[in-house]
Amino acid sequence: MAGADEEILQEFLIEAKENLDRLERELVAAEKGGASPDAIAAIFRTVHTIKGTAGFFGFARLQGLAHAAENLLSKVRDGELPLAVDIISAQLAVVDACRQMLDWVEQTGTDGDDDYTALAHRLDALGQAHVVAAPISAPAAPAVHDATEATIRVDVALLDRLMDLAGELVLARNQLVKLCGDPALSPTVQRLDTITSDLQDSVMKTRMQPISGVWNKLPRVVRDLAGELGKQIRIELDGQDTGLDRSILEAIKDPLTHIVRNAIDHGIEAPAERLAHGKPAEGLLRLCARQEGGHVIVEISDDGHGIDPDRVRAKAIERGLLTAERATRLTPGETTALVFAPGFSTAATVTNVSGRGVGMDVVKTNIERIGGAVEIDSTHGTGTTIRLKIPLTLAIIPALIVSADGECYAIPQSAVVELVRIQRIEQISGTPVIRLRGDLLPLVYLGAVLGGKATGATVVVLQHHGQPFGLVVDIVHDTEEIVVKPTGKRLRSLATYAGATILGDGRIALILDVRGIAARASLGSVKPRAVAQVVAEVVAAERYLVALIGRDRRIAVQLDQVTRLEEVAVSSVEHSAGIEVIQYRDRVLPLVRLGEATGDLLNVIVCSGTRDVGLIVDGIVDIFEHCTDGGPAVLDGRVTDIVDVKALAASMETA
Amino acid sequence: MTFGVPAIDVQEILRAQPLTRVPLADAAIAGLMNLRGQIVTTIDLRARLGMPRRAEGDRSNHVVVRCADGVFSLLVDAIGDVLVADASRYETIPEHVPAEFREVVAGAYKLSDHLLFALVLERIVTEMS
Repeated sequence: MAGADEEILQEFLIEAKENLDRLERELVAAEKGGASPDAIAAIFRTVHTIKGTAGFFGFARLQGLAHAAENLLSKVRDGELPLAVDIISAQLAVVDACRQMLDWVEQTGTDGDDDYTALAHRLDALGQAHVVAAPISAPAAPAVHDATEATIRVDVALLDRLMDLAGELVLARNQLVKLCGDPALSPTVQRLDTITSDLQDSVMKTRMQPISGVWNKLPRVVRDLAGELGKQIRIELDGQDTGLDRSILEAIKDPLTHIVRNAIDHGIEAPAERLAHGKPAEGLLRLCARQEGGHVIVEISDDGHGIDPDRVRAKAIERGLLTAERATRLTPGETTALVFAPGFSTAATVTNVSGRGVGMDVVKTNIERIGGAVEIDSTHGTGTTIRLKIPLTLAIIPALIVSADGECYAIPQSAVVELVRIQRIEQISGTPVIRLRGDLLPLVYLGAVLGGKATGATVVVLQHHGQPFGLVVDIVHDTEEIVVKPTGKRLRSLATYAGATILGDGRIALILDVRGIAARASLGSVKPRAVAQVVAEVVAAERYLVALIGRDRRIAVQLDQVTRLEEVAVSSVEHSAGIEVIQYRDRVLPLVRLGEATGDLLNVIVCSGTRDVGLIVDGIVDIFEHCTDGGPAVLDGRVTDIVDVKALAASMETA
Repeated sequence: MTFGVPAIDVQEILRAQPLTRVPLADAAIAGLMNLRGQIVTTIDLRARLGMPRRAEGDRSNHVVVRCADGVFSLLVDAIGDVLVADASRYETIPEHVPAEFREVVAGAYKLSDHLLFALVLERIVTEMS
């Protein structure tokens, strides 16, 4: 085919597909909202256009089918027939058939060999019938203005090129800013800075498309699937204009569809069951999108029967995902999160819609691959809400530049929670951790993870799957806006890197993939539950009882070694084998004079371990928390010697 | 040893360039290079061919090539001429030569006083098997 023809054909395909999409939307909307004369006229016009252009290109089959559809619609438009459910279903079948033929056209240049006589007969039969199924009530629909928008169709490749150029400009601007040195940028460079930022914003906007582009397909999906399953479901869409980058829209299309199908298939109950539970027979599926900071939040909620935690646990045990014992210790949040585990599905029967157990974990992976996150919130009996958090754009992101083992790396700002200086490191099951506001944070040395030295004194607290961990680096530099460049096919298999960028000074910095780093450091092995248990133990061991020795010396004893505090009369002190003892609860308790102990009453701290011992002190101060490293400590603002009770007791035996 | 790359695939020649190391990448990856704003993966040809490493301080050059998978840079010792190879003087590599070498060298041209080994670009830029 000549070049010009090819172009015209491409335009035909694009327009025909758009027309079919619009026809589908109009049909489903008419079924729900009532078939007003305007709506029917719009539907008729669309079919007429399809017929016309098909004829112009000589696609006889396509034209023929559109003609049959048009005939039926003209009867509806002329008031001979109401726009009933069966007519709508037939017209939707026409849409599907036309799409199939367009596929043929795209691939072969002809409208294919498929036989549509059955469909044509169905349309005719509907046209003949005088008595039809219950017509849809048609309230007077408000007149819809077809606003002529000032828009222009642009080749996607051209937009991608624009995006690349804007990215290069940002890089050059960064370099220039570095060379000019802050703080006093010359006015020209400052203007360049502003213009580049504006340009970058504007170009990103060109790639933004409203989420309605993806959502528009859903009413049809809901209608068909609900019909198939005998359920009544209403879909509400909120925030249709929320914009997302084109590539992200592509990426979430399938996950969204799957979540919706899941909700219809497994979430929302059949009408009879719903009525039995006091719910309206019609289920509600609500999709809501909004922008929040650098993200778009998409929520899919249904008022179905929610996730049954018992069934989830049972299924997880059955599938060998965890032991029965472990299952009893799951929090409600951890239980619902099981739904994301690979191979999991509580569907009693696997339908061809969902239930193969490959759905939700694939959804999670796909969303996370574009830098997003998925959460489930469910109440058994009431419903489920799935929340997707999606980044606004991929290409230019703010990042924290750090150094480890002599090299610079960039960490996406979205993953960074905070920066902390290392005070003291403890070890839990072989993993270094630090305490951060009462929680334990596992540490990963960036240098070591990348095969080098484990050095560094600054911790970048990162989020990974809701589990924070600390990345130890040598130096933290700036936060910079960086252009994310792919590392290239050769390096794509390295999970630790999400790309690379060129810094202001021209050097290349690899962009770290937080998930890859965590995986490489085998952070999965520091289970949240184990950490929580150890925290409890560690916390108990960290409390000390502080006592006075003389007038101004202090000692401290670990609280968990202290049994009782006693006041003992001097007269009850006896001697045995050269040491002072008292009779204490059917035992003989050896005493150690740490204090001067004048007076009639002795303060005794009774300690037990392998050996019991009583420490004579001159007064009790209080209990304080402390992290010990063996030497003298500062508790309550005073230097305090920590008594090693075990060693003391042991030395008394040998004495 | 002398190697040849199809001239049509060569984008440019460069002297030694600063490279950014890629920790955890396989030994043949010399690093990443900033080529006028483009990040180019540089492959050390010696490592890829299983030859001994270049000594510290020895001269090196970059041959920037284009292939189906994108733009790459080959780190070599020195650059020679562009010449038209005589197809009649082409021979395939014998079996006893180490596999690493044979993987990326299809054959050799017999020149007047040495062999010119023809490199297969696509194989060089893919992972070592």
